[in-house]
Amino acid sequence: MTTHLVVNGSAFESDAPGMRRLLDVLREDLGLTGTKEGCGEGECGACTVLLDGEPVLSCLVPVCQVQGAEVRTVEALAPASGGLNVLQQAFLETGGAQCGICTPGMLMAGEAFLASGADPTDKAIREAIAGNLCRCTGYTKIIDAIRLAAERGA
Amino acid sequence: MTIETPARPTPASTPQPTRSRTVPLRREGPAKLTGTALYTDDMVFPGAWYGATIRSTDAHATLLAIELDPAFAWDRVVVVTADDIPGTNVVMSIAADQPILVPVGGEIRHHAEPVALLAAPDRDTLREARRRVTLRTQPLPPVFDPLASDVMFAHYELGRGDVDAALAAADRVIEGTYRVGHQEQLYIENNAMIALSREDGGITVHGSLQCPYYVHRALIAGMALDDAHVQVIQAETGGGFGGKEEYPSMIALHAALLARRTGKPVRMIYDRHEDLSATTKRHPAVIRHRTGLTRDGRIVAQDIDLVLDGGAYTTLTPVVLSRATIHAGGPYDVANVRIRSRAVATNTPPNGAFRGFGAPQAEFAAEMQVNRAAHALGMSPLEIRRRNVYRPGGVTPTRQVLGADVAGLEVLERAADASDFERTLARTAADRAARPPSARTARGIGLALAWHGAGFTGSGEEKMGSVASLELTGDGRIRILTASTEMGQGTKTIFPQLVAGELEIDIDEVELAPQDTSFVPDSGPTVASRTAMVVGGLLIHAARRLKADVEGRTGRPFGLSWRDDAEDHGPTRIDETFLPYPDRHFDDETYTGDAYPSFGWAAAVAEVEVDLDTAEVAVLSVVAADDVGRVIHPVLCEGQVEGGTLQAVGYATIEEIKLLDGRYLNDRLATYIIPTSLDAPRLETILVEAPFTDAPHGAKGVGELPMDVGAPAVVAAIHDAVGAWVHDLPATPERILAALGGIEPPGPPGVSAVSPVRE
Repeated sequence: MTTHLVVNGSAFESDAPGMRRLLDVLREDLGLTGTKEGCGEGECGACTVLLDGEPVLSCLVPVCQVQGAEVRTVEALAPASGGLNVLQQAFLETGGAQCGICTPGMLMAGEAFLASGADPTDKAIREAIAGNLCRCTGYTKIIDAIRLAAERGA
Repeated sequence: MTIETPARPTPASTPQPTRSRTVPLRREGPAKLTGTALYTDDMVFPGAWYGATIRSTDAHATLLAIELDPAFAWDRVVVVTADDIPGTNVVMSIAADQPILVPVGGEIRHHAEPVALLAAPDRDTLREARRRVTLRTQPLPPVFDPLASDVMFAHYELGRGDVDAALAAADRVIEGTYRVGHQEQLYIENNAMIALSREDGGITVHGSLQCPYYVHRALIAGMALDDAHVQVIQAETGGGFGGKEEYPSMIALHAALLARRTGKPVRMIYDRHEDLSATTKRHPAVIRHRTGLTRDGRIVAQDIDLVLDGGAYTTLTPVVLSRATIHAGGPYDVANVRIRSRAVATNTPPNGAFRGFGAPQAEFAAEMQVNRAAHALGMSPLEIRRRNVYRPGGVTPTRQVLGADVAGLEVLERAADASDFERTLARTAADRAARPPSARTARGIGLALAWHGAGFTGSGEEKMGSVASLELTGDGRIRILTASTEMGQGTKTIFPQLVAGELEIDIDEVELAPQDTSFVPDSGPTVASRTAMVVGGLLIHAARRLKADVEGRTGRPFGLSWRDDAEDHGPTRIDETFLPYPDRHFDDETYTGDAYPSFGWAAAVAEVEVDLDTAEVAVLSVVAADDVGRVIHPVLCEGQVEGGTLQAVGYATIEEIKLLDGRYLNDRLATYIIPTSLDAPRLETILVEAPFTDAPHGAKGVGELPMDVGAPAVVAAIHDAVGAWVHDLPATPERILAALGGIEPPGPPGVSAVSPVRE
């Protein structure tokens, strides 16, 4: 079965077996290695991507479930002209990325939160990234980054 | 955040660090933020095969045979056993006891021990082959209780004064036994290594690792190769915390053996389950204290007995024990101290390095004693520490006389002030007294204080003789060459920052060579919070020499003349070798002297809310004050304190490995849990600077400091809330309820349960 999907704005056809993880399709078939695997069982959030705008764990999504869907990964965040987008820049300034392995997933969760237009309170941001584990930062600077991006109108 | 420099006259001879005015952004940040940074599993090697490790399923046994199912076509895969190891069948570390693979006829000493290796061109074939391998074993009786083990990896005894007489004369003697279990580093990137077999017979590995030269040394011994035929390259590394200090040597050897056999690149990418089941954890410990006090809260005697469970092999255990032993009394000047310690073997996977390296276990127990003593004497936890904390000139259990850079009192007062400790304590006491039976929650506040020896223990740094290099290339580029790795803590940012500051040039002019052993000198392992202090110090010295050389030749400031100098004079390379800090001596035989060139100091105040029905603990806030000597980069430094504090909160409350028959039961991320953003407290960081004057920049290191204080502060806060002391970590609801007398306590942390014998 061929799965048709749009990844970061480009149409793509996958002939992978239907139960192949979206994570593997992205990383191995499309070479989009920005999305990371931390646990493979939906606990860490490192593989978070946006599926039709909603954050999902791509290690738990079989490719057959994304027929006709639009997938957005970390590779799509930076402006085509180069540099960083507002949220990435905020992470860089506040120190929201340390080892960087949770960062792509955090950014996608953060993007979904910003897109929701919710009030960027400490509590709301903590809830928005509660499915994404970080072992380096204690989360403080990640929360600061998302708040800063919201203030800058991301 | 605030940076507080203690008001202390700076000695006239103190070299003043040059500090760049602006704080640079994380150098590799943009690559990490755009997804272009290449971690090991992101690297593509066409034609690569996949490797797997066949592990023991016995805690203790003799390996009788490795049986391959004849129904499987074994020509589709390769199988490697101990017989295929070209060099010594040992993972080189402190002792030569841990095999790369257990040989047939050999002894299996733990449940996750590697026995054979497989590689296949695809994952499905590999999975199929794994199922067709059976180990035949003859079980041997295992030892799980460290107190019952008669195999000792190391032991120490140190102290001063007359402990027995002082205890006999003390107004009060407080006794306690404290137990802590395993803690997993839980870097979010699992261990990963890719090996390539080269045409010249050499091996190149790319991996997630902290210490390129540890892996290099292990490959030389195990693969019987010389220096030039082993190349170790660090890939972007997604966290380490000590967990990638030593086990990467094992994985690199496994990948190299398979690459040698297949002639293909071989990927050994652990999944979370394998990483959790097999790689090293923080050592469990059993620590007994007897503390003698005067009525007015002066500690007059400490009698301490400390046992670490090393697991099945030596690994780094003797050094972990050494740090635990020296830190066991806590940051207090006590005239009569006796510390006896030992590290023993059990049939569990080997324990190893994890942020703090023995000190968090030891200082949890020490701080529990001080908090219990304050409570027993009716004294404030703040006041008892004021009366006992080391001052400059204090004498430690190794008889080290502390210098002027002691900041124990400063961090204590700063943390207490910022958290309004005394007032909050009075309020929680009043709340407790007035608490109605209908109350469903209770709040509490707790304080802890710690010291942490900066860099390697004793003569470690002197023996290592690390080298850091700085190069002005022939084409006018300035390049740093060290083996110090970036794993999130900021090495790649602060090194160029320090060098640029010294050379008075823009930071973007300073490049950093890749952490590739064919390229960079051995500047020692990236451990012990030594990178900023030791290697950073070497780079400052190198920069000063380079600056003097260039300015001497050109007669103009470096910043205006280095490109001309490169053109006229050609390349200049400065190799800076570590020289011992002056007037510091440590005697390994008697275990006396200057155990560390300096100490960092940390205080934490935690506030908790305990659910009185379920005994669940929410840590609401932690105020951390840490003396790091000199803050090089405030954002990165604060990030270290915040991250370390949350790891300590996890250690205090939820992180525990349960074992059955020597096997980790919660060996998945669904069952080994760490704090999420919703569990994390509000964190406030106060950075204090009491410079280490023998380092050119004054830095003491920061990484490990916050790990030492979080847990005892949280447990003290739980006591303040509910009135019960939890002696074992983590302070789970079960342990809190047991301490309140409601239920039977769960088994001691870190000790394996044993299945009932089947009839």
